[in-house]
Amino acid sequence: MRHEVLLLAVIILILLMEIFVGKANRKAIIPVSIGLFLLSTLAGFLPAESGQLFGDMYRTNGLIVSMKNILNIGVLIVMLLSAEWLRKEENLDKVSEYYLIMLSTLVGMFYMISSGDFLMFYLGLELASIPMAALAAYDKFRNSSAEAGIKFIFSSALSSGVLLYGLSMIYASTGSIYFTEVAAHMGEQPLQVLGFIFFLAGMGFKISLVPFHFWTADVYEGAPISVTSYLSVISKGAAIFIFSIVLFSVFPMLEPLWQELLYVLAILTMTLANLFAVRQNNIKRFLAFSSIAQAGFILLGIMGGPHLGLTTVVYFILVYVFTNLGAFGVAISISDKTGKENINDYNGLYKTNPMLSLTMMLALFSLAGIPPVAGFFGKFFLFTSAASKGYYILVLIAVLNATISLYYYLRVVKAMFIEKSDHPIAPFRSSLSTRMALALCVAGTFAVGFISWIYEYLYDMTYLLFIF
Amino acid sequence: MSILNLFVIVPVLTVFAILFTKDFKGARVVSAIGMGIQLLLAAYLIFAYLDLRAIGITDEMVFTQDILWFPMLNIHYAIGVDGIAVSMIALTAIVVFAGVFASWEVDNLAREFFISLILLATGVFGFFISLDLFTMFLFYEIAVIPMYLLIGIWGSGPKEYSAMKLTLMLMGGSALLLVGLLGLYFYSAPDGGPLTFNILEIAKVHIPVEMQRLFFPFLFVGFGVLGALFPFHTWSPDGHASAPTAVSMLHAGVLMKLGGYGCFRVAMFLLPEAANEMAWIFIILTTISVVYGAFGAIWQKDLKYINAYSSVSHCGLVLFALLMMNETAMDGAILQMISHGLMTALFFALIGMIYGRTHTRMIDQMGGLMKVIPFLSVVYVIAGLASLGLPGLSGFVAEMTIFVGAFQHPDIFHRAATIIAISSIVITAVYILRVVGILLLGPVKNTDYNLLTDARWYERLSTITLLVAIAGIGMFPFWLSDTIMNSLGPIVSRLLAVV
Repeated sequence: MRHEVLLLAVIILILLMEIFVGKANRKAIIPVSIGLFLLSTLAGFLPAESGQLFGDMYRTNGLIVSMKNILNIGVLIVMLLSAEWLRKEENLDKVSEYYLIMLSTLVGMFYMISSGDFLMFYLGLELASIPMAALAAYDKFRNSSAEAGIKFIFSSALSSGVLLYGLSMIYASTGSIYFTEVAAHMGEQPLQVLGFIFFLAGMGFKISLVPFHFWTADVYEGAPISVTSYLSVISKGAAIFIFSIVLFSVFPMLEPLWQELLYVLAILTMTLANLFAVRQNNIKRFLAFSSIAQAGFILLGIMGGPHLGLTTVVYFILVYVFTNLGAFGVAISISDKTGKENINDYNGLYKTNPMLSLTMMLALFSLAGIPPVAGFFGKFFLFTSAASKGYYILVLIAVLNATISLYYYLRVVKAMFIEKSDHPIAPFRSSLSTRMALALCVAGTFAVGFISWIYEYLYDMTYLLFIF
Repeated sequence: MSILNLFVIVPVLTVFAILFTKDFKGARVVSAIGMGIQLLLAAYLIFAYLDLRAIGITDEMVFTQDILWFPMLNIHYAIGVDGIAVSMIALTAIVVFAGVFASWEVDNLAREFFISLILLATGVFGFFISLDLFTMFLFYEIAVIPMYLLIGIWGSGPKEYSAMKLTLMLMGGSALLLVGLLGLYFYSAPDGGPLTFNILEIAKVHIPVEMQRLFFPFLFVGFGVLGALFPFHTWSPDGHASAPTAVSMLHAGVLMKLGGYGCFRVAMFLLPEAANEMAWIFIILTTISVVYGAFGAIWQKDLKYINAYSSVSHCGLVLFALLMMNETAMDGAILQMISHGLMTALFFALIGMIYGRTHTRMIDQMGGLMKVIPFLSVVYVIAGLASLGLPGLSGFVAEMTIFVGAFQHPDIFHRAATIIAISSIVITAVYILRVVGILLLGPVKNTDYNLLTDARWYERLSTITLLVAIAGIGMFPFWLSDTIMNSLGPIVSRLLAVV
């Protein structure tokens, strides 16, 4: 419970600040909020106990704590990255709203990951998605941002509806909403299978798997870029965490079925997302499709089973947090200074802003799975995980897709390093907070791969998943 | 700590040192010093290796070190070398050293150039010392990716297209490779022990034959793409033609050898039954490579394309010889790798130097260069003669050994393939002598060329380094051949044991 309680404390303190801080000192809210959140992140790493509360509605153990810590680190980076943008005149009067909404969704995600029954799961899920629409529409006077908010709330409502319908079928056929009891009564009755498929479709929206991905690109493009980074890393990461936990702890009986479904979904997701990503010119849409493709790769990890598979997925999300936020960080920084968000605008960036270009290149190589950065290890373990079940064909399709993805990642590298531009982005110095965030991302991108005990630790923790 | 670690540590330190240099002069001096140390290390390694063998150590791999990296997946950082790896390391050290001097005058983003070049070299050195398939694969990809930037930024002609084509094709190859490696891994412990990526451990188990049949094509083609196996060779001419001099040298000289080395060290050594069964398919493909590459070279007018096609032909011969699977032919294959590595590096260095003076690579626009730049021209002739297999130079030793070995097969299929492949020697002579005639001899076609200056000291250093090695192998082949032969034994006996 510590994570949630601390986070609620941070939220309340920010609320109090909102009330008591005068017009003149509003900028001070930003560092104080980041500082408070940093403290709660650090406190999250203190040793924690396993256990359950409220009659098994809420569970926690080493693995779940690790997941929350990963999300915390990601949110910290996002907060650092968005500081410069929030400091702008037009955002200054709604700074605390940004933090409040973002942290509320994070509380929702924490409850969702910790849930021990479908009621808590659903509450967490809704808490994580409804405020998100407000966040997407944060630039409310910009049409595309408002549109993104509307699109998000509609698609989110639809997917929640589908998911809830599926859960109601599962409840009808098993007579319980508790994970342990549902798992015990789960069989292959048609109603149960149907319920499961609705559940899978609902989660497919949240993780934006093809063919449930249509909202993603528009929302990502319309939302303010810091929010996009939050959506594509934190929100997606949390959804994948709970999705894999539920698959392994509630639906182990249906494993042959969901293995087949994931097999197909993984192929569709990787391939289509890659094909679309090739054609994008807007960096946000580009990263949107890239993150859809990454979700496809993650499915390969899930297929490896509750230990190897789950470890690999959590490890990959950790890598993905550093990597993708590194790429977003550069895009955010450039967008803040110049307002440019197209890949063509990056032409000749290396000549004017070498450090940013190198960070971007590193992040893109890591996304593409090029050694020696962490993305290579993450991808390699995902493929190992799928191969451990004998899915060599799937692995082949996935690695070929990784090669295709290299093409579009290299397009950005090409723009920055090879293309010449008449109007390159002028040299600039990013703010201290942005530089700190990027340094954190770069350090993480290098370190996570080589430090093998992270992987070992997560693996040991997966054995706690079913012990409460 | 094993001395082999230094082969990775020294280049990485060099890269860091380059970061602290101020301009291109500093960067090139630091690179030269770093790669000079690497060359001395390689020389020391050869003697240390021979000493170990002389005192009767018969371990398959020496200078080994093993650090457990990911205990759960049993991934190790395992290194060690045998005679073959030692000679490949020496080849790499020589070519990289010569490459640094061949790019002495790069001044556009020089620091970045040398950093990428040396990172590439790090990958190659790491590949040759690895005993663990995971680290091997890691280094393999490290060696491939700097290529994109090297060609894309410092290349010439349609460089962006070539860079992208090369990178994607090689990465596609490594995609196949990855599937094969995972296959090996999951069948490395049939009796339920811990799975392993270690080559020597996998060599001890017997992988089911049907699985071997499944994974052998992945591994062989995966490495074969880098070794310019027909029909996956098309990245090679474009890539080499667009690449800057040092990159062509390193790529044709060393990186393509990674393909050949991987083919026998991983694909054939670990999956011997499948290798024997499927050899015929790949013999046909490599025979096509050999002849097609040679014919391709005849029609080209661009010096770099000529050499790139000739590389396809010569590297095809490496794979051809490996597939013959007897000691003589495989010995020839390793010799050919080294000989071709040195020769083609020398060619690309010379082409770069000539292009730097005449600003064209079209042979019909040049002529009579012998009169204006005699040093470079003479070296070019020597390189050409080595390439067409003149006795006394390295090319002869290698090709002779290969064909003698190949002809030991009594059946009609191998004989026919060998005869077709031998015909490439004649074609090679045609295109080499044609180029020498048009380019170097005759009257000076373009009077502007009379003002050209001959090789500078760093260009001489670069070419002479390579030349000495070529002549050395040509005159004292047994020295190298013995180093290789000792280590070939276990591989060949494993391949023959299953027939």
